[in-house]
Amino acid sequence: MSTIQADPAPPSDPLQEEGSTGRAGDSIFRGLATGAGMIIMLALAGVAIFLVLQSIPALGASGEQAYGADNIVVYIWPLLFGTVLAAVIALVIAAPLSIGVALVISHYAPRRIARLLGYLIDLLAAVPSVVYGLWGRETLQGWVFPIYDWLHDNLGFLPFFEGPVTTGRTILTAGVVLAVMALPIITALCREVFLQTPVMHQEAALALGATRWEMIRMAVFPYARSGITSAVMLGLGRALGETMAVALVLSASGIVTFNLISSQNPSTIAANIALNYANASGTKVNVLIAGGLVLFLVTFAVNFLGRYLAARGRAKA
Amino acid sequence: MTDTLHEPFHTDPSTDLSTHVPLTKPQLPSIATTLAAAVSWGLAGLPALLLSWPIAGWVVVGWILFVLALPTWSGLIEGGRKAVDRLVTILVWSTFALAMLPLVAVIYTVVERGAGALSVEFFTASQQGVLGEGGGIYHAIMGTLIITVIASVISIPIGIMAAVYLVEYGKNNRLSRTLTFLVDVMTGIPSIVAGLFALALFTLLLGPLPRIAIGGSIALSVLMIPIVVRSTEEMLKLVPEELREGALALGVPKWRTITKVVLPTALGGIVTGATLAVARVAGETAPLLLIAGTLRGTNFNPFDGAMQTLPVLIFGEATRGGLAEYVPFQIERAWGAALVLIMIVMLLNLLARVVGSLFSPKTGR
Repeated sequence: MSTIQADPAPPSDPLQEEGSTGRAGDSIFRGLATGAGMIIMLALAGVAIFLVLQSIPALGASGEQAYGADNIVVYIWPLLFGTVLAAVIALVIAAPLSIGVALVISHYAPRRIARLLGYLIDLLAAVPSVVYGLWGRETLQGWVFPIYDWLHDNLGFLPFFEGPVTTGRTILTAGVVLAVMALPIITALCREVFLQTPVMHQEAALALGATRWEMIRMAVFPYARSGITSAVMLGLGRALGETMAVALVLSASGIVTFNLISSQNPSTIAANIALNYANASGTKVNVLIAGGLVLFLVTFAVNFLGRYLAARGRAKA
Repeated sequence: MTDTLHEPFHTDPSTDLSTHVPLTKPQLPSIATTLAAAVSWGLAGLPALLLSWPIAGWVVVGWILFVLALPTWSGLIEGGRKAVDRLVTILVWSTFALAMLPLVAVIYTVVERGAGALSVEFFTASQQGVLGEGGGIYHAIMGTLIITVIASVISIPIGIMAAVYLVEYGKNNRLSRTLTFLVDVMTGIPSIVAGLFALALFTLLLGPLPRIAIGGSIALSVLMIPIVVRSTEEMLKLVPEELREGALALGVPKWRTITKVVLPTALGGIVTGATLAVARVAGETAPLLLIAGTLRGTNFNPFDGAMQTLPVLIFGEATRGGLAEYVPFQIERAWGAALVLIMIVMLLNLLARVVGSLFSPKTGR
């Protein structure tokens, strides 16, 4: 009793003290957390600012400094074409496959097995891109060569398969490798959406006598449509920016063509940077960085669209 | 369960029993799928053996027979709707098999062609002064280790703290919404653009054509931070609100609630996410090619000069070309390095799963 009396601090004071040190710690910790967020913003701003700064000298580049092109637009346009072409090929292959694989994991496989299958698909995403590139360059190109020969012989009247077939290292092969790399991303996102379909809708469909496919077509797909679109867009973003697989697989000559199986292939922005960087100097570096800026803007637009569609789908659901 | 009513229930008692319509349609026996598969690939096996097709040809022809046979059989007995269902089931499972093909093929090829390169020298020597046979990838393993560790030291604290801000402090205010959006944008940054960023940054600091390993770490951080933020954010959101409220109600300051209650509860998931992020960037090539450069010898100093890394070594050896007598050794070295890289990445993935399952009971689920 007397000790309390002697103590100048009333009972409320220790609490106050606790509170105040807590607040000090709080503001420090809060500051750290906010600071980390700020660093992320600065980093992203830095990416944009430094790319723009280093691209400016490239605007006036021409001739030798722009790798023989008249100006930067003429130089980058065929590369952009190649980038989009390879990514579109990849998606044409990967999107239906991914939806199928996601359905296996979400609706077809027994639950216990589905987890394991999900891990397997994750492993597909874990393999480094350079290894896929090496595999495409050394192994896959040999496998697809006879297929291209067949395509050329039987479907050669189509502009895509004009040929001549002299190598397996074509933009189509690059597209296949990109498809393998985009597949796990699209699958993972589709799987999420499929699993979110209301169970009631699915059970109602089954109770009305729908087969499993009818249930998926009538209950799952309408619900998941925007999610699938957004997943495909995000996969496209990945395929657009992929460097190593294309740089290793493609035998590129930087032309604009829809001929998918000849040895004359359009290159992509990212692969072009990786292949030409080693011997670039002076303004050439700026030209390459300007290409990178274009790539950044394109992937940004695609990803933004993907996220926007996903968000809109969520809001509607 | 899948029996379908073919006709409406008959209420007319005068209906003649002889015109009785069965309530269920006949079904294929449960071994029908196995049977059809066996017959299909068996039939395809005959010409395959006689004409000595490659295995791929046999598989494809058998698959086509199977896709035609089972739905046709089902269509004849069970009706069109069931036939379509069976067809789709086959197609859906086929997509999975097709998706597994590259994984199996890549791992098989890497092991087959890379295993021969592995030796003691391969792990202990660099490429210094070696042109053809011999030498190793010690310098590249060390480089990957140093650059990845520095990138992790930068990214993991920033990523976790940013996620803490988003979940614990941001509460959907303007800053946190902007940050969420920017993290999304960062997730989509192509790896080569991250490399160009580091290149542009160090060009301003050090002059043209910089080669510096720390730049590689910074480029990898740009790729790694959003992954860490995303995974940590997901994990923090899973922590039950009652735990926070309980701690706060006991008078624990918020920052101690976060460090002593929230973060430990989510630790398993956070470690898993961070490990997966490390695995993801350990295999990145493009940014390191641009800023960390290539080197045939060993360099332990991340602040001075180029440093070789495993992915860049693979790319370099695969594309170098040069004297024809050296090329086979370069290609073999590339496969050997690819095997080592895949083993590192897979080990990290495995580690992430193990850690995740070890810690997961702590989330109280």
